[in-house]
Amino acid sequence: MSKLMEQLPRLQNGQAVPLQAVPVLDMREFRETIVDRPIGSTRLVAMFGHELDSGRMRIYAILADHAASMVIPFATDLLNGDSYPSLTPDCPQAHNFEREIAEQCGIVPFGHPWFKPLRYHHSYRPGHDAWSRSVSDSILPAVTDYFRVEGSEVHEVAVGPVHAGVIEPGSFRFQCHGEHVFHLEIQLGYQHRGVERALIGGPNKRTIHYVETLAGDTTIGHATAYCQAVEGLTGAIPSPRANSIRSIALELERLACHTGDLGALADDVGYLPTANYCGRLRGDFLNATGAISGNRFGRNLIRPSGVSFDIDSALSETLVGRLKPALRDVAGAAQLLWNSLSVQSRFEETGKLSQEAVEGLGIVGVAQRATGIARDVRQDFPSGIYRTMKIPVATWPSGDVFARAFVRSMEIERSGQFVIDQLQSLHSGPTQVESGPLAAESLVVSLVEGWRGAICHVGITNRESRFARYKIVDPSFHNWIGLAMSLRDQQISDFPLCNKSFNLSYCGNDL
Amino acid sequence: MFQILTERFRQGYRTASYPAGPAPARPSRFQGLPILDQAKCSSGCQKCIESCPTDAIQKQNNHLQMDLGKCLFCTECVQACPEGSIEFTDEYRLSTRSRTDLVIGERELKLAAALDEKARRLFGRSLKLRQVSAGGCNACEADVNVLNTVVFDLSRFGIQFVASPRHADGLLITGPVTENMRIALLKTYEAVPEPKLVIAVGACAISGGPYFGHPEAHNGADAVVPVDLYIPGCPPSPWTILDGLLRLLGRPVDTSSVLNSATGANPELSVEFNP
Repeated sequence: MSKLMEQLPRLQNGQAVPLQAVPVLDMREFRETIVDRPIGSTRLVAMFGHELDSGRMRIYAILADHAASMVIPFATDLLNGDSYPSLTPDCPQAHNFEREIAEQCGIVPFGHPWFKPLRYHHSYRPGHDAWSRSVSDSILPAVTDYFRVEGSEVHEVAVGPVHAGVIEPGSFRFQCHGEHVFHLEIQLGYQHRGVERALIGGPNKRTIHYVETLAGDTTIGHATAYCQAVEGLTGAIPSPRANSIRSIALELERLACHTGDLGALADDVGYLPTANYCGRLRGDFLNATGAISGNRFGRNLIRPSGVSFDIDSALSETLVGRLKPALRDVAGAAQLLWNSLSVQSRFEETGKLSQEAVEGLGIVGVAQRATGIARDVRQDFPSGIYRTMKIPVATWPSGDVFARAFVRSMEIERSGQFVIDQLQSLHSGPTQVESGPLAAESLVVSLVEGWRGAICHVGITNRESRFARYKIVDPSFHNWIGLAMSLRDQQISDFPLCNKSFNLSYCGNDL
Repeated sequence: MFQILTERFRQGYRTASYPAGPAPARPSRFQGLPILDQAKCSSGCQKCIESCPTDAIQKQNNHLQMDLGKCLFCTECVQACPEGSIEFTDEYRLSTRSRTDLVIGERELKLAAALDEKARRLFGRSLKLRQVSAGGCNACEADVNVLNTVVFDLSRFGIQFVASPRHADGLLITGPVTENMRIALLKTYEAVPEPKLVIAVGACAISGGPYFGHPEAHNGADAVVPVDLYIPGCPPSPWTILDGLLRLLGRPVDTSSVLNSATGANPELSVEFNP
C-alpha cells in the first residue's frame, strides 16, 4: 500500500464528510494512490469529473478497501487545460470511468488505449468536447471506430441495437474466424436518458423516481443506495424495522432476478423444465414484493429516513407461507440443472473469466464471486440490518457459466433463508423517522450489494444543500467488459448463454 | 428422467384460469385505477398538483383531472391531499385506444375498444409483435416478457413476440424513446409490413414518464410513430398488459363492471366491448 493512501481520510459506507476534508492531491499523487493500491483488497468504485464554481475541473476518485471496510475519497484538479495522462494503461478498471469523464466533461485522458464515447451525448460543458465536436454536430449512437481483426477469412458479425428478444438495445460486434470469436466489442448508449444531468440541483420530487427507474429491475438496490446517501447527509437513522424491511425487499429482488436468470440459462440450452418452473417462480418473488408495496418491482417502498409500507404480522405470515414452497420449488428446479449432463456440458468451461481479469477490470457481483473471490458489500461494507445479520458469501472457483449459475443458486438459498428469518423476527420501530435538511458542501459514498453486484452512489452537495453532483455506478458499468472477455475464444453460438450468465443492465449503464 | 417427472408433478399446473375464471388476484396494496372525488376537493388547494412528480394532475373548470398516461401510480398525491379526494383502487383494467382517453376526472376512463372488423380478421387470432425498448428501464420489458411464462401463457391467445420486424404485425414499445433509439425505432417500424399496429406500454412510452421534458428523450412513442393502444402504469401489471392486448383484439376479457373513476361508487358504468 502506498504511504499516501494510508494517510488519506477514510469513511464508512454511507458516512458524509465536509468537502473540505476530501484531500485534493496533485496529479502524480492522485495517480499513484490509484495505481499502487493493494489490488487484492482495494477497488476503484467511482471516478468522475466535477466543475468547480471557479470553472476549474476536479476529478474525484473513490477507492473501496474491502479488507478495512472503509472507502477513501480523494480528488485532483486539472491545472493544465482539459487533459491529463490516462490512468487506464496502469489501472484497467479506470477504462470506462475515463471515457465517461471525457464524454461528460470534455476532458481528454491522453494515452487511453481505446478512447471513444460511452453513451453518445453532448458534453455537460458546452464548448468542451473531448472529440472536438461542436454543439451543433449531431452525435449518432455507436458510430465510431471499432476494434478490427484482419486477415484471410476473418469476418465481422454485427448484432443490434434491436435484439431478437424482449430486451434492451445495445450494439455487439464479433470479430470471428468461422464460428471462433477472437473478440467481442460492446457499444451501448441507446438507453441514455440524461439521469445524472437531471439529478443535479435535487433532491426534488422527481429524484426518487429517477433513482427507481435508472435500472428498473434494481429499483430496491438503487433506491436503498440513494436513501443511504441522503441519510448520511441528513443524519437520519432509519429504525431497525425499516432496515429489516429494506433488507427483505433487497433480498426478494435478488431472489426474483437470480431465479429468472437460472430459468433463462436453462432456456438458452434448451432445457425447458427448469426454464418454465423458474419463469413462474420468479413471479412468486416479484409478487411477494408486490404484496409489500403494491408494485412487483418495489416502487414507492424505499424512501429516505425509512420505508413507506410496514409488514404487519399477518402479512409476514402470509409471505412466509408463500415463500417457503417457492424456495423449495426453486431448489428442485435448480437441482434438475445440476443433474442433467446435457446442461452441464454446455455450462462447464463455457465463457470462462479468469480471476486475473476480474481483479484487473474490477468486475463485481456474481461474476466476481464465480471466480472464487469472496467479495460482497453486505459482508465487507455492511449497513442497516447487515451489520448484525450476516449472509454467508457464496463463491465458486471455476469462472465459467456453470460457476455463475451455481453461485446464483447458492445465493437464492441463503437469501431465501435470510428473508424468512427476517420476516419471522421483524425488529420494532417506526417505518419513518424525522429528518432534517441535507448537510451543505459535503460528500457521501453509499454502497449496496444489488443482485448484479456492488452499486455505488456518490452525492456532493453545494452551499444550498442541493446536489452539485450525483454520481451513479451500476454494477453493469464494471461488468460489460467482463462479458466481452468471457466471449474470447468461444463460439458465436455461446453468446446468448454467456450474455444470460451476466445478465447486465443496459439502462443502468447508459443512465 | 424419474427426477424430472417427479419434479414436474410437484411443480403442478400453474396457468391462470383468466379470462374464463375469476378476475386475477391483486395484492391488497395494488395501485390501480385512481378515483377522484370532486366533491371532497376544496377549491383553492393545489397540494396534489404540486406533489405529482410528472405533472399528471391538473385542475380545469374546478375539476380535478388526472392523466393516467403520465401517472407513475406513486400515490404521492394521496398523501398530499388533506381531504382524501384521491384514492387508488385495485382496478387493473386501464388501457385505451387514444391518448386523450387516459385523462380522467371530468370523464371516466374509456377502456380500449376492439379493432375494426377487418383488422380483427387479420390479427384477432394471430398477432405477432416485435418488442422495442427505447429507453425503457427493464421493468416494463420484464412484465411484458412475463406474459410468456406458464402463468399467463400468452401464446394460448395467439399472441407471440417474434425476433424480426419482418415477421411482425406490429410493435410493442417501452421507454420514453431516447434520441439515441429514435432512428432504430423508426427503422424497425418501417420494416414491419402494412397494416401494422403500435402498442405503447408504460408511462415512459406514453408520455416520457419521469423523463418527460428531457432533451435526451422524446416524451413517448407517439412523438415518433402512430400508436393504437396505450397501456398505462409504471410498470403496468402483467394483467393490465394482457387485458389491453385482448381488448384490442376483441377477445374475451374480464368484463365485470369497472369502477366509475369520477364517483368511485357507481359500478353501473359498463364497458362497451365488442365480443
